[in-house]
Amino acid sequence: MNFDLTHVWPEIFVATMACIVLVADLYTSRRDVAYWLSLLTIVGAAALTLALPAGGRELTLTDTYIAEPLTDVLKMVAYGVVALVFLYSRDYLRERDLLKGEYFVLGLFGLLGIMVMISAHHFLTLYLGLELLSLSLYAMVAFDRDSSICAESAMKYFVLGAIASGTLLFGMSLVYGVTGSLAINEVAAGVVAAGSTDIMLLIALAFMLVGVMFKLGAVPFHMWLPDVYHGAPTSTTLYIGTASKIASFALFVRAIGEAFGGLESDWRDMLIVLAVLSLGIGNIVAIAQTNLKRMLAYSTISHVGFILLGFIAADGQGYQAALFYTITYVLMAAGAFGMIILLSRAGFEADELADFKGLNQYSPWFALIMLLLMFSMAGVPPLIGFYAKLAVLAAVVEAGLTWLAIVAVVFSVIGAFYYLRVIKLMYFDAPEGDTRIDAGVGMRVVLSANGLAMLALGIFPGALLALCGTVIPLALR
Amino acid sequence: MIGLEHYLVLAAILFSLAVAGIFLNRKNVIVLLMCIELMLLAVNFNFVAFSRFLGNLDGQVFVFFILTVAAAEAAIGLAILVVLFRNRRSIDVDELDVLKG
Repeated sequence: MNFDLTHVWPEIFVATMACIVLVADLYTSRRDVAYWLSLLTIVGAAALTLALPAGGRELTLTDTYIAEPLTDVLKMVAYGVVALVFLYSRDYLRERDLLKGEYFVLGLFGLLGIMVMISAHHFLTLYLGLELLSLSLYAMVAFDRDSSICAESAMKYFVLGAIASGTLLFGMSLVYGVTGSLAINEVAAGVVAAGSTDIMLLIALAFMLVGVMFKLGAVPFHMWLPDVYHGAPTSTTLYIGTASKIASFALFVRAIGEAFGGLESDWRDMLIVLAVLSLGIGNIVAIAQTNLKRMLAYSTISHVGFILLGFIAADGQGYQAALFYTITYVLMAAGAFGMIILLSRAGFEADELADFKGLNQYSPWFALIMLLLMFSMAGVPPLIGFYAKLAVLAAVVEAGLTWLAIVAVVFSVIGAFYYLRVIKLMYFDAPEGDTRIDAGVGMRVVLSANGLAMLALGIFPGALLALCGTVIPLALR
Repeated sequence: MIGLEHYLVLAAILFSLAVAGIFLNRKNVIVLLMCIELMLLAVNFNFVAFSRFLGNLDGQVFVFFILTVAAAEAAIGLAILVVLFRNRRSIDVDELDVLKG
């Protein structure tokens, strides 16, 4: 029985601090206390993670928990992204009278859920992490309780999220029946032993894949995504669009990539269909949107298609590309939703495409930042989005699926249209209505850094790409 | 003699009923919440049956966790339902159509 807690301290710290923030918030009327304590928690967790002894793959807590370089990198990205979400959210929440300690507590519990999912090495831990994240997100979507549209999108998210969890669980129960275990390494061994002739195992795989794809938002399991992105407060959309994508990556890697490594040829065909549909529907439907949050939702679906391409390659290079794409996508999405928050103010959401008209005339600097983010999403060199797409396409071609790479390129050219339309609106149209930007200095600085990081990482993509390559565990190569 | 397959078929039927209930139900959001519970209970059925027939306790432990999470999930679902009702004065599924997914 291995019960070594060394690698679990970051989780213990975040869980404790989330409870402390919740209680501390009761005893003070200053709402900033919860905010600063939450940021401090994230910094502390990052320090604890960095202080961990580096090494290979270690199992602890009776083999339900795993620590390896991949988990450390994913957790560091999750800390960074959640910190960005909190930084961007504060002004937005204050202007809408939503700045309450609970928001940050829910955010921290969501972060804890992400961390547990990243380190899960047992279906039980994976499920508990997933539910902790999902339940926090349902509450965060419904946070603006006087808004009817928030409540509607929270209800849709809740029902479809619960179906996804149920489907995933049903798959897990069948896997348990076939392999007699729930620990991921034992399941993987059992799957190899049973082989692809076992009908029950294939049914289990299909159920689990549906559950995971629901959470990722791949077509045809994407119905919740545009409504939730549109209806939720923008600060919550930011959380769902960024931090939860890291969790979905971890979920796929553990539940399908590792556990079902022996049935790779079976799930690869299913993924090809989902990836092509996601790329197609995501990019084409995004063109028809007039709401920027909805447009970004459909663009998320198309980016998920790209991440799936990396999974389809299913070798060291494929997972490296998928991880690299996930990290860059998360940074781009954080910036894009951050721009919506920047332009919004009390009583004005700035989430329509028309709200970006003429931005260049009253704020050339932020028009430039938005330009960098949009070009990066469209995949224009020398921005980071280009290298992310390049890495994925190279992995797919290497895996012998050249036709798939061509399909992906064609759809991303179609997709470039709606990103360029935003740029056209900012630079060539006249501004309408009120053109104030109320955001504070902190928000401006962080958002500028976020946008410029697209350029900086795009000029020097080597280090991040190499890091993504070295952390992919042997089991996935 | 009741064998493993009987339990599995029953669980599969319950699960299908739950999914059908979610997609066919056009009337009431509370029925949706009931369907979600039914879905999780069908999964529990599977776990307990496998656990019994494999002679391995992991499945039954998992069931306890699922029951706990299902309770938390129901609490959040009902809370969202209350918010929805306060804003709309109705919990008809058909009226959840301001956002068109």
